[in-house]
Amino acid sequence: MANLNVKINSLELKNPVMTASGTFGYGLEFADFIDLSQLGGIIVKGTTLHPRQGNPYPRMSETAMGMLNCVGLQNKGVDYFCEHIYPEVKNLGTHVIVNVSGSSPEEYAACAARIDALEGIPAIELNISCPNVRQGGMAFGVTTSGAASVVKAVRASYHKTLIVKLSPNVTDIADIARACEAEGADAVSLINTLMGMAVDIERRRPLLSINTGGLSGPAVKPVALRMVWQVAKAVGIPVVGLGGISTPEDAIEFLMVGATAIEVGTANFIDPTVTVRIIDGINQWLDAHGCADVHEIIGAIS
Amino acid sequence: MLDLKVVSVEPLGSRYVLLQLTSDTPLPEMHPGQFAELRVDDSPSTFLRRPISIHHVCYERNEVWFLVAVVGNGTFRLSKLRMGDVLNCIIPLGNGFSLPTSPSERVLLVGGGVGIAPLLFLGEKLVAMGSRPTFLLGARTASDLVELEQFKALGRVFLTTEDASAGERGFVTQHSILEEERFDRIYTCGPKPMMVAVGKYAKSQGIFCEVSLENKMACGLGACLCCVEDTTEGNICVCEKGPVLNINQLLWPI
Repeated sequence: MANLNVKINSLELKNPVMTASGTFGYGLEFADFIDLSQLGGIIVKGTTLHPRQGNPYPRMSETAMGMLNCVGLQNKGVDYFCEHIYPEVKNLGTHVIVNVSGSSPEEYAACAARIDALEGIPAIELNISCPNVRQGGMAFGVTTSGAASVVKAVRASYHKTLIVKLSPNVTDIADIARACEAEGADAVSLINTLMGMAVDIERRRPLLSINTGGLSGPAVKPVALRMVWQVAKAVGIPVVGLGGISTPEDAIEFLMVGATAIEVGTANFIDPTVTVRIIDGINQWLDAHGCADVHEIIGAIS
Repeated sequence: MLDLKVVSVEPLGSRYVLLQLTSDTPLPEMHPGQFAELRVDDSPSTFLRRPISIHHVCYERNEVWFLVAVVGNGTFRLSKLRMGDVLNCIIPLGNGFSLPTSPSERVLLVGGGVGIAPLLFLGEKLVAMGSRPTFLLGARTASDLVELEQFKALGRVFLTTEDASAGERGFVTQHSILEEERFDRIYTCGPKPMMVAVGKYAKSQGIFCEVSLENKMACGLGACLCCVEDTTEGNICVCEKGPVLNINQLLWPI
């Protein structure tokens, strides 16, 4: 049994495996399948200041080794989260991290401030990269000034660990990461989904209600890995890697290119127990390779 | 999550297979209308599980049956399973049909295409509670009407086909039984235009009616928010709050 503890700023994780926002509900949906307390962390659904209905159906299209979605941040709003969901998730035995989204820096900051007041939530993941909302979301994440403005506003109202989730739909993701670091982000996580499209050729129209959606799943892993490698070299803060991770070997690749922790997303849809399998697999790999601590492989590839 | 072993794979009609599966461990309690997420292995062009209605259950023999329509690569892979193969299933999922309060209620089950799948399980449950259900099943052509003997063993069966190769010509909602008899409760599963027409009929007659939806789904657990249906309560996940909904919850033009 190697030591799997990692730290994201002051946030200590029992292991580097977390769940990606939007793929694991509030964790409770998976409590029948795994012991949630085994996870390094659970990043819950995207939460906004006001309730959002999300986009119309159809919101999903399966692709080769992946899927497109355009859910559009459907959620009941931060007040509902604080009142009804927080009491149920605060004692799951693992860190529950809230993914925060918005359509203006002020809205992001107001939502983050509400979460700041919740004792049992040690961190937020700021979603400046959702491709499925018209205002805000990715619009902030695709320019250094946009990213900086949101991080700055949130940093002023949020005092715990601040992770900023980056969009891959940019020219130079390392630039965006540096801008977030400069404004006080404690960590960055990447990648969010890649903008994509699929067409129903018989009906001659897009398969998704808003035409485009975000691609996730194993299909995006090589792109994600490359970007994590680039960002890990560009910033001094911890990097959380995600994008198509489905096996322990996938996770180890991300750790080796510089991710301090990883998130498992779409793979949860096919195997609700995949996170625990990945944790066990990392452990076995480290043992088999004579590593006493996961830090021996984090950033092993420069 | 269960690893089920394939007992048999029987091709039925022109585009269906009947999967008979068994479990080493006792099966969980299942309700008609619930479904399973079947994992599709060795299919490079697909990725997700396939949500399939529970068709028949035999607790004594620890068996569960699925009627699968082969519509794409995922269901094609499922149709190629062989005896002894292991199929990973998340089962049961969803809410299921609500049952009549009394066996004397006159119950009509309307199915189209592969939508007949959950109606056999429902029919069995109704018979077990002393009810005698009526089935109205429709398809394009006679060879698409499968499992008729199983349905006939449970109650009266009326048929429609679009080419008049079996039963009355036309759609289920054009069948004469709907004019000749009055029902207290209707359950329906099939193509959406059919369910809209059935819902419209039920609403106009003031009859209690539940529909089983098959919106495109990823996780089946209420996590991904992909399979939503816009309802009187806003967007709800069909996998979690459905797949069975009362027509009064729907915003369909009925």
